[in-house]
Amino acid sequence: MNKLTALLAGLLFGVGLILSGMTDPAKVLGFLDLTGAWDPSLALVMVGAIAAAMVPMALARRRSRAWLGGAMRLPTRRDLDRRLVGGSLLFGVGWGLAGICPGPALTLLPLGYWQGVVFVVAMVAGMLLFRVLQSRGGD
Amino acid sequence: MNVEWSLFTPWSALAGGVLIGLAASLLILANGRIAGISGLLGGLLDGLFGGSEQSDKEGRGEAALFLLGLLAAPLLWGMFAAVPESHFSGSPAMLIVAGLLVGLGTRYGSGCTSGHGVCGLSRLSPRSLVATLCFMGAGFVTVYVVRHLLGVAV
Repeated sequence: MNKLTALLAGLLFGVGLILSGMTDPAKVLGFLDLTGAWDPSLALVMVGAIAAAMVPMALARRRSRAWLGGAMRLPTRRDLDRRLVGGSLLFGVGWGLAGICPGPALTLLPLGYWQGVVFVVAMVAGMLLFRVLQSRGGD
Repeated sequence: MNVEWSLFTPWSALAGGVLIGLAASLLILANGRIAGISGLLGGLLDGLFGGSEQSDKEGRGEAALFLLGLLAAPLLWGMFAAVPESHFSGSPAMLIVAGLLVGLGTRYGSGCTSGHGVCGLSRLSPRSLVATLCFMGAGFVTVYVVRHLLGVAV
């Protein structure tokens, strides 16, 4: 049952990404291009997603277990550190260069664009690079 | 600022956003897990290559199925309607640099647009607010530099 809800959530998430326009890098870059011909659409993706998730997240916070019995794994950290800021800045630069973030990258994959494949391979390589740097105790 | 109203698609953006929010809600309430794509993918890689004690076997199974759902979404969509076209810009080298930065940055920053931007902001998490301001800000600046200072036509 846990697996079924995970699959359903992934499907729904992916359909949302397609419907919202997030799987079109040109649309994402149009949103990030504040001083050009700005397309504000993606701000509404955020608004819709947060509006839909706010009450469920508050409900989740009050529970110690999920509906299907698993532990409620809500992040608990509240500290701000260099890794959070530095990592997010690096991510933003990459996002601004290609107009692709991790979710849409995966949803683009089966559509057969070579650019999507190149991006995902590089993204996975970046995540593996993180593991390597991490295991060397780098900060 | 110059809004290009011809490109503005408020209803599909809002409706797509609601679906994304509902999907994240389902995963947290039913499974107790945050729908953060970079975290789920990173956890899977940790499982494949060993090392992280956080990525339990059950968690990896659920992460794999969620990501499988993401991959299957365009196929499901395609059974009912044509999937909207995607338009890419930049050379292969630029895509590789971008992908590396996205992979590395989201792991260092513990999240991406979904984990911090959607789940974190809906939980009113201060860490996620800072992360979202950082990646959005960096995205705005990067597009400004690439398009308007370097004049790369994309």
